[in-house]
Amino acid sequence: MLKDITIGQYIPGDTPIHNLDPRIKIIITFAFIAALFFINKFFGYLFVVAFMIMAVGLSKIPVRYIFKGLKPLLVIILLTVALNIFMTEGEVIYTIWKLRITKEGLIQAAFMALRLIFLITGASLLTLTTSPISLTDGIEKLLNPLRSIGVPAHELAMMMTIALRFIPTLLEETDKIMKAQMARGADFETGNIISRARAMVPLLVPLFISAFRRADELALAMEARCYRGGENRTRMKQLSIEFRDYMALIITIVFFLAILWSRYFVK
Amino acid sequence: MIKAKNVSYKYSNQEGKDYFALKNINIEIKEGEFVAILGHNGSGKSTFAKHLNALLLPLEGTVYIDGMDTREEKYLWNIRQTAGMVFQNPDNQIVATIVEEDVAFGPENLGLEPNIIRKRVDEALLTVDMFEYRKHSPHLLSGGQKQRVAIAGILAMKPRCIILDEPTAMLDPSGRKEVIETIIKLNKEENITIVLITHFMDEAVNADRIYIMEEGHVVMEGTPKEIFSKVDEIKKLGLDVPQVTELAHMLIDEGIDLPKDVLTVDEMVVELCRLK
Amino acid sequence: MPIKVENLVHIYSKDTVFQHVALDDVSFTIEDGEFIGLIGHTGSGKSTLIQHLNGLLKPTSGKIYIDDVDINSKDVELKFIRQKVGLVFQYPEHQLFEETVYKDVAFGPTNLKLSDGEIKDRVKNSLELVGLNYEEIKDKSPFDLSGGQKRRVAIAGVLAMRPKILILDEPTAGLDPRGRDEILNEIKSLHKKEKITIILVSHRMEDIARLVDRILVLNKGKIQFFDTPSRIFKEAETLESIGLGIPQVSDLIRQLRKRGFPIEDCISVEEAKNAIINVLRGKKNA
Repeated sequence: MLKDITIGQYIPGDTPIHNLDPRIKIIITFAFIAALFFINKFFGYLFVVAFMIMAVGLSKIPVRYIFKGLKPLLVIILLTVALNIFMTEGEVIYTIWKLRITKEGLIQAAFMALRLIFLITGASLLTLTTSPISLTDGIEKLLNPLRSIGVPAHELAMMMTIALRFIPTLLEETDKIMKAQMARGADFETGNIISRARAMVPLLVPLFISAFRRADELALAMEARCYRGGENRTRMKQLSIEFRDYMALIITIVFFLAILWSRYFVK
Repeated sequence: MIKAKNVSYKYSNQEGKDYFALKNINIEIKEGEFVAILGHNGSGKSTFAKHLNALLLPLEGTVYIDGMDTREEKYLWNIRQTAGMVFQNPDNQIVATIVEEDVAFGPENLGLEPNIIRKRVDEALLTVDMFEYRKHSPHLLSGGQKQRVAIAGILAMKPRCIILDEPTAMLDPSGRKEVIETIIKLNKEENITIVLITHFMDEAVNADRIYIMEEGHVVMEGTPKEIFSKVDEIKKLGLDVPQVTELAHMLIDEGIDLPKDVLTVDEMVVELCRLK
Repeated sequence: MPIKVENLVHIYSKDTVFQHVALDDVSFTIEDGEFIGLIGHTGSGKSTLIQHLNGLLKPTSGKIYIDDVDINSKDVELKFIRQKVGLVFQYPEHQLFEETVYKDVAFGPTNLKLSDGEIKDRVKNSLELVGLNYEEIKDKSPFDLSGGQKRRVAIAGVLAMRPKILILDEPTAGLDPRGRDEILNEIKSLHKKEKITIILVSHRMEDIARLVDRILVLNKGKIQFFDTPSRIFKEAETLESIGLGIPQVSDLIRQLRKRGFPIEDCISVEEAKNAIINVLRGKKNA
């Protein structure tokens, strides 16, 4: 049952989007998100739609995967919409009980919903087209200049790598311990919240013990392989900025300028 | 290559009482040798293994790796590179999410140039016959394959000696076979000194020399033939002897004229055909 | 309490690209009180099969009867099955979680909602069955025990369910020869004393040969053989081709036969000794 959970929703591929340097992809994603907050009229979203259609089209990721990312966050989107509809002052068009729906509220709600939807789909496109490992590499390299002010770039990246490495192992282990306790009559599926929480103890205690044991052994193995932190460490895989990365950056700059233009110069 | 002189090591248990895990160990291993250290759980063999990689330092006595005293801090990284170490649980020594990235972990720590790392990683994976799996995710490999990846990760650091601490204890028979064949190959073809810590006697049979440990002491030392021909002593230590060796021992007791040091089925067949 | 498995099929991730047939039309019967060895290469379907026998996995198709009860029919309570069929997983000590040995072994009986007196009886009895001293060990933390002791406590935790069928998945994995022999001897005496059915999954042919009545050999989700050890070890070539070995003595006998030794089958060193002596002495006397 636990095997169905997939971590990171990376879909491998060999497209211009997949092959972008992860650093560039991260920067573009942030620029895209920032641009969303500069939009102040619906007209601006035209550029966003165009940008997304281009990016998704090039990535060859099926559209339903892009929208799947919205599902877990649907509640937040609906809540935002509801808050905006009811809380915005303005010209009242409808009243239910004490709640007033205003015209400005509706506009504001639609605006916020679009912003959230594009924000989530944009971020999903990043994780869908970038393997966790190159994402980690990208983050490490981008944070590297900040090391002088005390940002532990290497350590963060190493922690992410190890977490990614051990998630499947620990999921498998959870499954095994669960079955073993079920064979001793444990019941994880029925009862109220309190009895279910209590039923987790025979699962969680062995799981934590095992995780600590693994951490201990891994630390020893890393030490034996001459690991001594990020100092003087080199990497086999070097990231390199290529022509397509420059192209992607230029397109993003044009997109960003278009958004600014729509905000400040379009009436 | 490896020299342990009067090495002792103490652990304290939970009540704060000390007990000796190693007591006055003297072991010398030459370059290119394949040495097995046998003993049951708690005999001190794993504690000893950790001394060879400077993961533990002797309380008394000295351990030299290629002439370097493990207690001298300036040699630490040199020692760990010279004497690589493979552990029991294949899952808990693989760091990265892709096979080749994991093999690169050691050389990366050594600060080598990217193109040199690439070359070493490819060579190491070819040596352990895992090259075609280089892009795979480690958690989908079998136990034997994972352990070979772990060996490749050590090989990529170009060690002159590899210490394997019960590398097959968690594997199935085919995984064990893969790993032992890889170890023998490294010894014979790459001339890497091997120290194999195990409690499986059938793995120790392949070694040039065997040390047997019991309660922190070395109690026996010799070639596999010398060691296993002492069937009663080995059994008293709670260890196994090959079935044919035991059989030969029983037959000798019945007055049948056989050599005491028969280790393999083939040798036994030859001996019995001679009597027939 | 016979076990009857009829046309058991299990398919993982059915109808997806990951579809994988783990068990393919498996049928067999195990009689009361038999000692069965279950062998097979990793991925042969062994774990899938044993998890079906106590209802942890449901068949894709086919039926499993324990004591003539179809364990997957709707009106059978899971607890009933779990109580009849005890399953000891690999490295069972990894499932210990309580503060004391007593509490951990009592986990199963407590889940069965037994009376305190009955629970105490069972805990005491189970710990003694695995060769541990109840008074000495009951208040200790399971995490302070040695590896072999932890494993025994974990096995006692399953025995406390008072199963009539006990399945052990590689109970000796990771133990040294002494620990292995101790556990195996306890399992053997358990079989004798309690007259329960035992299914032992193991890779060690020497142990299987010495202990069991019949061996079930699985290969790629199908039953390859189900017969007595001496007959199965005659199939050395087939066993090797599916990634399994035979004990050294069986191999020796096989090689000797090829060289024209008129020697009978044996599965233990003792038997081989007698057989060889017979051949050699018979020769001299003639």
